[in-house]
Amino acid sequence: MCLGIPGEIIEILTDRPDLAKVDVCGVKRAINIGLLEDEELNAGDWVLIHVGFAMSKIDEREAKAALEFLEGIGQAYAEELAALSESNIT
Amino acid sequence: MRFVDEFRDAEKAIALSAQITALCEPGRHYKFMEVCGGHTHTIYKHGLEDYLPDTVQLVHGPGCPVCVIPMGRVDDAIAIAEEPGVIMTSFGDMMRVPGGRGSFFDSNAAGADIRMVYSPLDALKVAQANPSKLVVFMAIGFETTAPSTAMTMLRAEALGLTNFSIFCNHVTIIPAIKAILDSPDLRLDGFIGPGHVSTVIGCRPYEFIAREHNKPLVCAGFEPLDILQSVYMLMLQLKEGRSEVENQYSRVVPWDGNLKALKVINQTMTLRPYFEWRGLGFISHSALAVNDRYAAFDAERIFNVPGVRVADPKACQCGEVLKGVLKPWECKVFGTACTPETPIGTCMVSSEGACAAYYNFGRFTRERVKEATRTVDIELTAARP
Repeated sequence: MCLGIPGEIIEILTDRPDLAKVDVCGVKRAINIGLLEDEELNAGDWVLIHVGFAMSKIDEREAKAALEFLEGIGQAYAEELAALSESNIT
Repeated sequence: MRFVDEFRDAEKAIALSAQITALCEPGRHYKFMEVCGGHTHTIYKHGLEDYLPDTVQLVHGPGCPVCVIPMGRVDDAIAIAEEPGVIMTSFGDMMRVPGGRGSFFDSNAAGADIRMVYSPLDALKVAQANPSKLVVFMAIGFETTAPSTAMTMLRAEALGLTNFSIFCNHVTIIPAIKAILDSPDLRLDGFIGPGHVSTVIGCRPYEFIAREHNKPLVCAGFEPLDILQSVYMLMLQLKEGRSEVENQYSRVVPWDGNLKALKVINQTMTLRPYFEWRGLGFISHSALAVNDRYAAFDAERIFNVPGVRVADPKACQCGEVLKGVLKPWECKVFGTACTPETPIGTCMVSSEGACAAYYNFGRFTRERVKEATRTVDIELTAARP
C-alpha cells in the first residue's frame, strides 16, 4: 500500500483531465493526477503512484531504476501490481 | 556470492560500506532508526545490516500503517461492516489484521460484505454501483495515503454521492517520531527519514529533530544503495558535529512537499485531540478525522462505533518492535505461534511490518551472514591498494 510504484503516462484523458492512463510493467490503468495539478504532465512522463494517485513526478531514468528494484522485491511488488490490475478508476 | 549479486551495483555498496566503516569512531556505537516500513523491507530483503560495521545498528520504527492500527479500531470497523446494508472496503493489507474479535477475513466468512480495493476511488465506484448499499472505506496510512482519501471525499461530494463514507484512521508521522524521541527506552543517533511520506509533507517538518534534539535526519529512497548512502550521510554529519535535515531522495521528494496534497488534507480533515497507536499508546494530535464540513462522509458520525479499547494479546510484543526496542526475532512468539499465515500481531501482517519482512527474508540473511561478511571482507581486502 505504501509501496509507491512508478508508472509511465500514456495519455491524459481529454474528457477527464484529472485522470491519466498509465503503464506499469504492461498493466495499463487509469490513475488520478489531481495532486499534481501544479505540474505540467505529458505522455511519456513518469510518476510515482500510490493507491491510484500520482504523488510526484519522477525522472525517467530514476523511474526505470526504481521499477527494476521493485521487481526484485518480488512478492510485495507482485501484490501491488495485482491490486492495481484489479483497479478500475473512472 | 548470490548475496552480493543481489545488489545491482555491488561495488558501490562495498565502497559505501568501507566509507561508513572509515567514519566510525573507535569505541562508539551508532543507532539509527529507519522510520518507514518500506525501508525495513529493503534492509531485510537485501541483508543491508551485513554491510554495516557491527557498531552501526539499524532500528526499525513505527512507519508501517497497518502495524500501528490498534485492535479496537479493527473491531470498530467490523462493527460498522456488520450493520445492515453496509459494504466495507479497505486495502488488501487490512484483511488479515487481527482485532479483538477476529479479522476482516473472519468477519467476511461470517457473512459481512468486506471487499479489498486498490484505491479509495475503487471504493467510490463500489458505492456508485450499489446505490442501495452504504459503502464505507476504511482509510489507513500516513500522509502518503491521506491525500488520496481527501481527494476521494472531494470527488464523492462532486458526484453528490450519499451512500459513501470514510472510516478515517489516518495517522501523522511527526507526533510518532516525537513520542519515540521522548521515550526513555531508546537512545538514537539519527533517523533515516520516510521517503514517500516526505513527498507529501516535505523535509521542513523534521527540522525540530535536528534543531531541538540535535539528531540528524536523512530522507531516503528505497533502493539498497539509497539506504547505505543515507547511513553514510548520517555518519558524516555525526563526524562533522552537524545535525541537519538532508534529502538523499531529492529525485522524488521536493523540499516543500506536495502543497496540493497538504491543501486537500486540510480541506477535508482535522487533527484528532489524541489517537491510540498500537505499541506507542495514546499520542496527542497524531491522527486525522473527517472535519465538520465533510461530516456527511464521516462513518464515525453515520454509524454507531463502539470505540472500545482492546488490549493486545499478552504474548504479542508488537509494541516493543514498533518502538525499536525489540528486534522481531526477540519476540517470544515470532515464527512459532505468530507467522504471516496466522499473525497474532500486526507487524507480522503487512509486508512493511518488521516481523513479516524479517520472517520472509531476514532468516535467510542471518544464515548467510558469515558467508556474506566474509565476501565483503575478501572484496574489501582485494579493493585496497
